[in-house]
Amino acid sequence: MLTQAEPAAHAASTADASPLVEFLFGKLRLDSVPWHEPIIMVAGAGMVGGAILVLGLITYFKQWKYLWTEWLTSVDHKKIGAMYIILALIMLLRGFADALMMRSQQALASNGGAGYLPPDHFDQIFSAHGVIMIFFMAMPFVIGLMNVVMPLQIGARDVAFPYLNSMSFWLTAAGAILINVSLVVGEFSHAGWLAYPPFSELEFSPGVGVDYYIWALQISGLGTLLSGVNLITTIFKMRAPGMTLMRMPVFTWTTLVANVLIVAVFPILTVTLALLGADRYLGMHFFTNDGGGNPMMYVNLIWAWGHPEVYILILPAFGVFSEVVATFSRKRLFGYDGMVYATAAIGVLSFLVWLHHFFTMGAGANVNAFFGISTMVISIPTGVKIFNWLFTMYRGRIRLELPMMWTLGFIITFVIGGMTGVLLAVPGADFVLHNSVFLIAHFHNVIIGGVVFGCLAGLNYWFPKAFGFKLHAGIGKVSFWCWLIGFWIAFLPIYALGLMGMTRRLDYVNNPVWHVYLIVALCGALLIFVGIIAQLVQIVYSIWKRDELRDLTGDPWDGRTLEWATSSPPPFYNFAVLPKIGNHDAFWDAKQTGTAYVQPKAYEPIHMPHNTPTGFLIGIVSAGLGFGLVWHIWWMASGALLVMIGLGIVHTFNENRDYYVPADEVKAIEDAHFANLKKAEQ
Amino acid sequence: MSKTINPVAGYENQIDSAYDHNPNDAHHAGDHHDEGPKVTLGFWIYLMSDCILFASIFATYAVLKGNTAGGPNGREIFDLPYVAVETALLLISSLTYGLAMISMEANKLKAVIGWLAVTALCGLGFMGMEIHEFIKLIEEGAGPDRSAFLSAFFTLVGTHGLHVTSGLIWMGVMFVHLFKRGLTPANRIRLMSLSLFWHFLDIIWIGVFTIVYLMGAA
Repeated sequence: MLTQAEPAAHAASTADASPLVEFLFGKLRLDSVPWHEPIIMVAGAGMVGGAILVLGLITYFKQWKYLWTEWLTSVDHKKIGAMYIILALIMLLRGFADALMMRSQQALASNGGAGYLPPDHFDQIFSAHGVIMIFFMAMPFVIGLMNVVMPLQIGARDVAFPYLNSMSFWLTAAGAILINVSLVVGEFSHAGWLAYPPFSELEFSPGVGVDYYIWALQISGLGTLLSGVNLITTIFKMRAPGMTLMRMPVFTWTTLVANVLIVAVFPILTVTLALLGADRYLGMHFFTNDGGGNPMMYVNLIWAWGHPEVYILILPAFGVFSEVVATFSRKRLFGYDGMVYATAAIGVLSFLVWLHHFFTMGAGANVNAFFGISTMVISIPTGVKIFNWLFTMYRGRIRLELPMMWTLGFIITFVIGGMTGVLLAVPGADFVLHNSVFLIAHFHNVIIGGVVFGCLAGLNYWFPKAFGFKLHAGIGKVSFWCWLIGFWIAFLPIYALGLMGMTRRLDYVNNPVWHVYLIVALCGALLIFVGIIAQLVQIVYSIWKRDELRDLTGDPWDGRTLEWATSSPPPFYNFAVLPKIGNHDAFWDAKQTGTAYVQPKAYEPIHMPHNTPTGFLIGIVSAGLGFGLVWHIWWMASGALLVMIGLGIVHTFNENRDYYVPADEVKAIEDAHFANLKKAEQ
Repeated sequence: MSKTINPVAGYENQIDSAYDHNPNDAHHAGDHHDEGPKVTLGFWIYLMSDCILFASIFATYAVLKGNTAGGPNGREIFDLPYVAVETALLLISSLTYGLAMISMEANKLKAVIGWLAVTALCGLGFMGMEIHEFIKLIEEGAGPDRSAFLSAFFTLVGTHGLHVTSGLIWMGVMFVHLFKRGLTPANRIRLMSLSLFWHFLDIIWIGVFTIVYLMGAA
C-alpha cells in the first residue's frame, strides 16, 4: 500500500511547486521525509542525535584543531587506515540493525501475524543491509587493514600517493554519508543490493531510492579504484632494499592481488551503474523492457564486477590468517610459494565464474557446465591454502591468543561454507536452490566466516601496532564465542529452510512449520549482536585501561614481519632507517641473528609529505554532488562538480607538498623508542 | 630556464618539493622517493582501468547494436566522410602532441607550448564536430532515448568525448603551469602523463571508428 501511496503523493507535491522552488530544491520537499514512519524517525533521531553529541563533545573538549590537523587532513597511511576501520565499525552497527530487523520481522510474520515492517520498508532494509555490509563495512575494513599494515610490511614510509590516499578515504566516507542520509531524507532502494533492472528502472522504481544507491556507490567506488591504483604502485615501487616479490609477506601479496582485482573490475561497476543511471536520468534504453533494452546485460555486467569483488574481500582476509598462523605457531608459514601462487590463481579464476550467479538465465547446458566447473576449480587453490595453514600449525607451538582463535573459527566455518558453495556450483542443484535462503546461508557462511572473522582477527592482531596497546583478551573472547556460536545458531536453520524451499527476501512467511526455525535464527542473530557489542566494549575498555595493556616493545606477539620492527604506534615516518631484507620473515631473522633492536649511530633527514585538506574537501563536496543528483537539484550538483574540479586543479599549484624531518628530530623520537625498549626488558 | 640542460637548474637549494629535488644529490639519493617512475606507473595502472571501462561499454554496444526498436540503424545515420575528418583531426593532434614531447626533451619551452596549442585546437575541433553530429542526430529524432542501439552509441562516443574534454581542460591547466614555472621536473611528469592520456584516447577512438562507424556503416 505504501509503495503506491508514496510516489503518488510525491508527484502531486512536485507538480504544484513554483519554478523557483523547483529550481532550488529539485524533487526535494518537506514531505520527502517520512514523518509518519515511527521506526525511521526514531532511527533518524538517534543518528542525528549521535552526530550532534559527537560534534558537541569535540567542541566541548576543544578538539577541532587536533581533529583537523591530525586526522581530517592527514595523509599518514596509518591514520587513514584507522579512519577506514572506524567507518567500517560504525557501518557494521547500521548494517546489523538492518539484519536484526529482518530476522525479527520474519520471526514475527511467520506465525500468522503481519510483523511490524510494511513491505515497502522491509524491501529497503534488505537492500540497505547488503549494500552497507559489502560496500561500507567489509570494503573499508579490508582497505583499512591494507592501509595500516602493508606499507609497514614492505618497509615503506608511506604509500606512493599520500594525498590521493586521503581523497580515496573521503570519497568512500561521502558514499557512506549519502547512504545514511537516505534513511531520513527520502528513501533507499527497494531493489536489492545489486538493483537488478527492469525493477530498478524508473518505470517500476520512480522514487529516489535507486538514485541514492547509484550515486553512493559511484562516489565510493571511485575512491576504491583510486586506492587500488595507489596501493599497487606502492607495492611495486616502494619496497625496502632486498625485498623481492617472493620475499613479501603473504598479507602484502594478497593486498597486491586484491588491488589488481579492484583496478580491473571497479570500472565495470562504474559503467554498469552509469548505464542504469543513463536509463533513469536520460531516458535511455540499456536495460528497459521497451526500446530494445536488455536487462540480462546488466546482470552479466554487474556480476563480472561482483564475483571478483568477493575475492577482493576474502583474499586480504586469507592474508591476515597467513600472518596470524605463522606468528602464533612460531613457525615459518608452510608452503609460502604455494600460498602466493594459490592467491594469484584465485585472482585469475575469479574472472571466469560470474555466470554461476544466474545459471537460471537460460544460457544453455554447455555454458552452465563451463561456469559450474570453473567455480569448482576455485576450491582447489583455496584448499591449498587451508592445508598450508593446517601444516603451519602442525608441530608448531600454538598460542591460543585472540587472533589465533578467530583463525581457527574461520578455518572450520569457512570450510563448511566453501562446501555448500561447491554444492551450489552444480547447475542442476542450483536450479532448485536459486534465490532460496540456502544461498543466503552459504554466502553469509563464507563472508562472515571468512571476511568478518579475518577482519576481526586482523583488528586484534594489529591494533597494538597501530595504537601501542593490546585489546583486552577476556572481553575479546566473549566477542569471539558469541560471534562463532551465534553465527551457527543463526544460519544452520536458514540452510535447512533453504532446503525446504523458503525463498529469500520474504517479509511475510505463510508456512507455520518454518516459524520455529526463524525463531532460532533470530536467537542466533541476537547472540551475534552480543558479540558485536562485546567487540565495541573491548575497544572502549582497552582504551580506558590502555596503560595496563601498553606494549613498549613494538612487538607484542613475537612477530615475524617488518611491521613489528618499529615502535608501537610507529613514528609518522615508520622507519628511521630503511631496513634491508635478506629473507622471508625479515624481522624474525633479525631477532635470531641479533640485528634487531640495534640503534644506528647517526640518522639522516627524512623526506615526508605535508598534510593537505584537499582530499577531505573534495570528498565532502562529492557528497553534495551526489545529493544534488539524487534530488535533481542541478545547481547543487553542477556547483559541487565545479568546486571538486577547482579544488583538484588548485592543488596542482601547491608546490610545497613535502618537507624534510631534521635528523635531530628523528634521533629524539628514536632515542625515546630505545629507552622504552630498555624499560620493557626490565 | 627552458634552454638549460639540467632540469633542476636554479632549484639546487630548494628541497621543499619532491618534484623539484635534485636527482643528482648523492647525500639524499636513497631518501628521495623517485616521483617520476611512481607517477608514470600509477598513471599507467589508471589508464588500464580506464581501458576496462571502455571495454565494458564496447561490450554493451556490441550486445545492443542490433536492438534498433524500429528506429534507424548505423547505416542510416553514420556520415563516414564527416567522421573521417573527425578522426583525422584527432590523429593529427596525437602527432602534434608527440612533437611537443620531442620539444620537451630538447628543452624548448616555446615549442612545447606551441605544439600543445595546436594539439588543443585539433582537440577542440574534434569536440566541436562530435557535438555537431550529436545535435544533428537528436534533431532528426535519432537521440539516445530512441533505441537501445542509439543509447549505446551515444554513451560510447560520448564517454570518449567526455575524456577528450577532460584532456582539454587538463591542457588548459598545463599552459598555466608551463607559463608559470617552465619545464620543471614536476611539469615534465605532468606533460608525460597527459601525453599518455592523449595517445590512449586516440587508440580508443580507433576502436570506436572501426567498430562503431566502419562496421556500422558497412
